[in-house]
Amino acid sequence: MELIFEKSKEGRIGVALPELDVPEQKDLIPEEYLRDELDLPELSEVDIIRHFTALSRRNFGVDNSFYPLGSCTMKYNPKINEDVAQLPNFTNLHPYNPLNKGALELMYELDQMLSEITGMAKFTLQPAAGAHGELTGLMIIKKYFEEKGEKRKIVIVPDSSHGTNPATASMANFNTITIKSDEKGMVDLEELKKNMTEEVAALMLTNPNTLGLFEENILEISKIVHEKGALVYCDGANMNAMLGITKPGDQGIDVLHLNLHKTFSTPHGCGGPGSGPVGVRTDLVKYLPLPTIEKENNNYKLNHKNDRSIGRIKAFYGNFNVMLKAYTYIRALGPIGLKAVAENAVLNANYMKEKLKKHFDLPFNSLCKHEFVLSDKGMPNSITTMDIAKRLIDKGFHPPTVYFPLIVHGAIMIEPTETESREMLDSFMEAMINIKQEAETNPDLLKNAPSTTPVTRLDAVKAARHPELMYTCQR
Amino acid sequence: MESPKDRKYSKEHEWVKLEGDVATCGITDFAQHQLTDIVFIELPEKGKQVEQAKQIAVVESVKSVSDIFAPVSGEIIEINEKLTDNPETVNKNPFDEGWMFKIKIKDKAELDKLLSAEDYEKFTKEEKH
Amino acid sequence: MAYIPNTDKDREDMLKDIGISSIKQLFKDIPTEILLKKKLKIPKPLSELELKQHLSNLSKKNSIIKQFIGAGSYNHFIPSVVNHIISRSEFYTAYTPYQPEMSQGILQAIYEYQTMICNLTGMDISNASMYDGASALAETCIMAANITRRNEILISKTIHPEYRETVKTYCHFHNINLTEIDFTDGITSIENVKSKITEKTAAVIIQNPNFFGYLENLKELGNIAHEKKALLVACITEPTSLGIIKSPGELGADIIAGEGQSFGNPLNFGGPYLGIIATKKGYMRHIPGRIVGLTTDTKENKGFILTLQAREQHIRRERAPSNICSNQALCALAATVYLATLGKQGLKNIAELSLQKSHYLLNKLKESGCQELSTKPFYNEFTIKVNNAKKINELLLKNKIACLELEKFYPELKDSLLICVTEMNSKKDMDKLVKIINQKVE
Repeated sequence: MELIFEKSKEGRIGVALPELDVPEQKDLIPEEYLRDELDLPELSEVDIIRHFTALSRRNFGVDNSFYPLGSCTMKYNPKINEDVAQLPNFTNLHPYNPLNKGALELMYELDQMLSEITGMAKFTLQPAAGAHGELTGLMIIKKYFEEKGEKRKIVIVPDSSHGTNPATASMANFNTITIKSDEKGMVDLEELKKNMTEEVAALMLTNPNTLGLFEENILEISKIVHEKGALVYCDGANMNAMLGITKPGDQGIDVLHLNLHKTFSTPHGCGGPGSGPVGVRTDLVKYLPLPTIEKENNNYKLNHKNDRSIGRIKAFYGNFNVMLKAYTYIRALGPIGLKAVAENAVLNANYMKEKLKKHFDLPFNSLCKHEFVLSDKGMPNSITTMDIAKRLIDKGFHPPTVYFPLIVHGAIMIEPTETESREMLDSFMEAMINIKQEAETNPDLLKNAPSTTPVTRLDAVKAARHPELMYTCQR
Repeated sequence: MESPKDRKYSKEHEWVKLEGDVATCGITDFAQHQLTDIVFIELPEKGKQVEQAKQIAVVESVKSVSDIFAPVSGEIIEINEKLTDNPETVNKNPFDEGWMFKIKIKDKAELDKLLSAEDYEKFTKEEKH
Repeated sequence: MAYIPNTDKDREDMLKDIGISSIKQLFKDIPTEILLKKKLKIPKPLSELELKQHLSNLSKKNSIIKQFIGAGSYNHFIPSVVNHIISRSEFYTAYTPYQPEMSQGILQAIYEYQTMICNLTGMDISNASMYDGASALAETCIMAANITRRNEILISKTIHPEYRETVKTYCHFHNINLTEIDFTDGITSIENVKSKITEKTAAVIIQNPNFFGYLENLKELGNIAHEKKALLVACITEPTSLGIIKSPGELGADIIAGEGQSFGNPLNFGGPYLGIIATKKGYMRHIPGRIVGLTTDTKENKGFILTLQAREQHIRRERAPSNICSNQALCALAATVYLATLGKQGLKNIAELSLQKSHYLLNKLKESGCQELSTKPFYNEFTIKVNNAKKINELLLKNKIACLELEKFYPELKDSLLICVTEMNSKKDMDKLVKIINQKVE
């Protein structure tokens, strides 16, 4: 398919613009500040629509079919969320427009609801994504120790952690120590005790962990960490398994981020925008980024004055339009609806795990929460996880998360979520079993997959060795 | 590919070929095989002082990143510029055209800490198991 | 139950199928002391009908005004095509394109986005976007520190105050020292830069057009930086300016950090917006965030793929130059559609409209006795001094018009207003604004 630049024709334009309604003045900007050339494509409206419509049909969303991406919680994105997000009194609201009571009220209530759901004292809604939230959380932890006059340079992460965890620790100028998980796939208490010293600022963990297992010893883990004066950071990516069932605040978690684009149904948008609010325990509230949203009588306001805050982590207040969708979702579900989310997410995952383990290697054969991990161990004819994933595309599904967590060889992480019907789960599993059979009888079908997509397997090595990152017209 | 006998090897899979007081260094066939297709190599700067067993270079494949450690101490006097545009040379020819950097060594005795070709082959066979 | 297809019967059958007696059993691995015994204390659910009403009522507690405020968030016309494209669910309900064969749509769109950004800014490489302009600027400080292996940054006071606060936060936790540069006559003081730059300076950061609206002398500032082997980072909060002003690349910038909200993304009370980072070829491996590259498939067909991933967190982990995982893909898509729709002629037109209108308004305000902060050239924002900014703004607000009082950001600029004019502001609105200010100014 041609690039938009290749469809450009001089003199075309995609929209009619108004005439100038004030007298024109000349030479408003001196010559040396002005550009000579402007290189943008020129197309008519119909060609622009056709171009991007064609592109959309080379894409695949949850609205197309099943998307069992472990750790991503690709649940259905309710359409009412999209409708209310288009209300003009929200979209046309400038961040410095003082007549913003509706927006502030929504943000304040969202803060309150997220605090209640997670058992934390207060949230900041400013972080734009999960990784941004992690950074905010670690900055808060760093500030906490700075004020205490303690020089703690270390953050501990389990070897199953998401890559953002150690990357975030580095960005906040911490050193990372990685500890091995035990044979059950959980945080190894002995390893943790061994590495927990007064130089450690925090343990960063995910609960349920990236194998989909609930850390049964979470209370003991928190105790070990707190005994040495350190804090527990929880990566809340897997909150879908805990809604209405248990609260991180009750598990000894001190700082936590949530992913509104995972647990709270806001769309992933091909990779953003998301939103990563951060919740903290009571004595850390003073470090939250500025501004915070406060309520006084029936008035909501932005509080910019707080010397002990870590400061700002972006301009304005966060991804308001994303918060709006999450707020609408929580108001649609209510307390029983949220609990049903966790119950159904966990049931769907266990249902799939019990059935698929008869055909695929399941390294940790225990009760899982909302997701579980298979591996490609024992696959015939040197078939790898990559081959299975690519063949699933031919079967009309988006593949699960692959090659994460790193502690499982050829990991296949499956998270069905609660918004899928039993028939969809059965249909996916049938495809997986079918692929296993193909692996035995006709492995080339997998090795050459996908074959039903606009392109076949792409050369990632070439793309990295000889990067071509923009189009240049061959004149 | 067999490990050439005219050089020494580190447990981190680097090789060293000494000529006078200049050590030409690279990574072994075993290493390049483990890394799979190399897409980029971050070499140290000329003139840099390096210490034996400390990290001095980085090799990237599509899905991973690996450290290269200095097999001996000394000063980097030359780097293989060809690898900038053709990192795949290391995959194709790790012991010859795929050399990475040359060090003017400080202490010949450091080479005694390294393995002979025979010992290195034994070591890699054990690593596989 | 909202959005959950399985019924009680489905659940019963599934439990039976896998030999588990009840839903409760699925949570037996959770210690009993942390299992919730009570319902969450959040409001009861609302039906879709009630939800629509509730949100509509909530939205009406906001008032939309005649916007003469810019300051990092710009009220521009968004062509209808933009919303139609980003509302296609193959785009907005999709995940990050880690499976490129089934995501060629967004990958190509991002490649086109990267190309347009490079062309507009005069750079060789753009990434697939960052969270917003402020955090993008903060990440370029870390980038500059890594490239030069120095840890001091000079940052002009004419940069958006919230951007400077964000940079301050990031740099504090990354052990990078910041020094602010003063301004005179509405732009960065060249003398002050010369006096503060040292051999330890990694970069000089300048916003153009700056927060007060004026055009900076990027070329000269770049020369001063390069003389000390420091980098020039140009920050752009209003990229429609690139429709008529010279690209920062041509003026000597090494890295661009910017805000792309003006390109097809609504005001949305501050987010989601679109962070831009672009740079020269030599710094490719230092740029954070996702990047899309061109390649071929097994049949030699052209295709697009996320590339240079060895820079990113999921591979480098603790050695990644940034922890950023996502980008603002849908916002970047909106920008791409916007730029394609306006095209070469349209972006220039929009910029011209903004330019002419803003200058018309300033002239009218000067005729009323207002004083401009500077006579330096400006694009669509400018700063004026009035007799009582607070009272004037109150009066304006009563008429549903708003400008931005600068005192809270710059205490030394008491009674100053920052005014922005775009193609969305009509002559009628501008004349009304002048009339109201006249009433106050006497």
